[in-house]
Amino acid sequence: MSDRPLSPSPEGWESVTTERPVVRWTAITVALVFLALFLLLPLVIVFVEAFRRGAQAYLEAFQEPDAQAAIWLTLTVAAISVPLNVLFGLTASWAIAKFDFKGKSLLITLIDLPFSVSPVVAGLIYVLLFGAQGFFGPFLSAAGFKVIFALPGIVLATVFVTFPFVARELIPLMQEQGTSEEEAALTLGASGWRTFWTVTLPNIRWGLLYGVLLCNARAMGEFGAVSVVSGHIRGLTNTMPLHVEILYNEYNFVAAFAVASLLAGLAIFTLGVKSFLEWRYGDSLSKRVSH
Amino acid sequence: MSSAAPVLSRLKRPSVIPGFGITFGFSLFYLGLIVLLPLAALIVRASRIGWDGFLAVATDSRVLAALKVSFGISLLAALVASVFGLLVAWVLTRYDFPGRRIIDAVVDLPFALPTAVAGIALAALYAPNGWIGGLVEPFGLKIAYTPAGIFIALVFIGLPFAVRTVEPLIAEIDREQEEASATLGASRSRTLWKVLLPPLIPAILTGFALAFARAVGEYGSVIFIAGNLPYVSEIAPLLIVIKLSEFDYAGAAVIATIMLAISFLALLVINLIQAWSRRRFGHV
Repeated sequence: MSDRPLSPSPEGWESVTTERPVVRWTAITVALVFLALFLLLPLVIVFVEAFRRGAQAYLEAFQEPDAQAAIWLTLTVAAISVPLNVLFGLTASWAIAKFDFKGKSLLITLIDLPFSVSPVVAGLIYVLLFGAQGFFGPFLSAAGFKVIFALPGIVLATVFVTFPFVARELIPLMQEQGTSEEEAALTLGASGWRTFWTVTLPNIRWGLLYGVLLCNARAMGEFGAVSVVSGHIRGLTNTMPLHVEILYNEYNFVAAFAVASLLAGLAIFTLGVKSFLEWRYGDSLSKRVSH
Repeated sequence: MSSAAPVLSRLKRPSVIPGFGITFGFSLFYLGLIVLLPLAALIVRASRIGWDGFLAVATDSRVLAALKVSFGISLLAALVASVFGLLVAWVLTRYDFPGRRIIDAVVDLPFALPTAVAGIALAALYAPNGWIGGLVEPFGLKIAYTPAGIFIALVFIGLPFAVRTVEPLIAEIDREQEEASATLGASRSRTLWKVLLPPLIPAILTGFALAFARAVGEYGSVIFIAGNLPYVSEIAPLLIVIKLSEFDYAGAAVIATIMLAISFLALLVINLIQAWSRRRFGHV
């Protein structure tokens, strides 16, 4: 900071490490107009459209049993898939960050793989495995167990698309923290479990919360992958984003945007908590470059 | 266990910390079950129809058109997202203005907003009777339900990647370099172009590749605004969904395999850029 003037430069002086005010304000204006147009306006329109016919019509959208079933299904799916990926994130980061073994970087690359797979392909692979014409399809239908067009398929697709979130937050964080604290605890006689609960977990709690937050937002909002495996059965296999799609395609715009406004609210909440964590506990999060 | 132990010790360096076997084992099992096995099933399914069958699907005119739409518009959108992403990242890290912190948080909105919500919101904005669509309509311009709508949605989706990959590097710029450049008589614009921009190029390229990879596979935010006209505004992921609904599993698997190959290529390019950047600039 010392090389930056703390007060505005005196008359006639210009800092050599910034642009002229005209350039600066032009750049700020262009950037802000672009962001307002591309990011803010879509968020605003969701609420404007949702309340177009007033609060009464807005609330009526949630009275509908299908809407309630969709909200319930979304919560159920998130409640199953997020803990699964937390468990994976914890075990994978423990194995990767606390030990040295061959093939570690390959493993890290594979964990990131689901991020580079199209959501539609993520749904498709489970249809190919468990669908009526899939590899295990005949076996499953003989056993009377339904995966595709049912809850298990939706959970599987959601787990796939949210797979890396917790792990990729915890791996760099635990690598930065090293192993010396755990080694000290073990030397003093603590068991492995106790070391994890009392030493490792407190060190990674904010990073874990950060990963869970992003994982949950994606789990509740996933559309493409879930759409492929769900079968769109109203009141049964429609999650909130799928319900939004159905209402929209039926030209029931107020109800579509009303349900969408709940998801938009979730996004705003996620961004708020995320920014708060970055601002307040930035030092206890991993120093990653991007998501 | 007795037979597994020597193998394990050859792969892994000894440590006093317990739990390697169980955590490593579970991670591999879970990774295999959720990610690797299903992806392998996709490749097997696509290869089952043979090379000729594969080519027949891949060179079908509707499939080719969809791939062209997906890749062409994704390239263009990633390019625009990278240019504006660089500007936004620069403005957010170098300049101070009211509301900067909130705007910085808003950049991540496309990550957090469910794609279906983004899709219907963008469609409502850019439809001929929407706020923006209505503005350009008198000039005979149509955005929603044309390829231009796909472009808008893909810029929206790609922007955070472009901003977040260059932002940390701009924050780390050593001001002494700029001062040295100015002291040696360079104008500010010359300093920007010749001193500050070159080290950012790897990050800009990485952001571009990430935005592109995401855009190619994007489905939810695109289908509502695209119009989905075959040969014109039909994207490849949508064609997969259509093939599935027609129970053409093999066709769906072939398109998916092509898309998978392209995204792995993008991933490889990103890794190469980063390796090159480490050699050239000493950072990622």
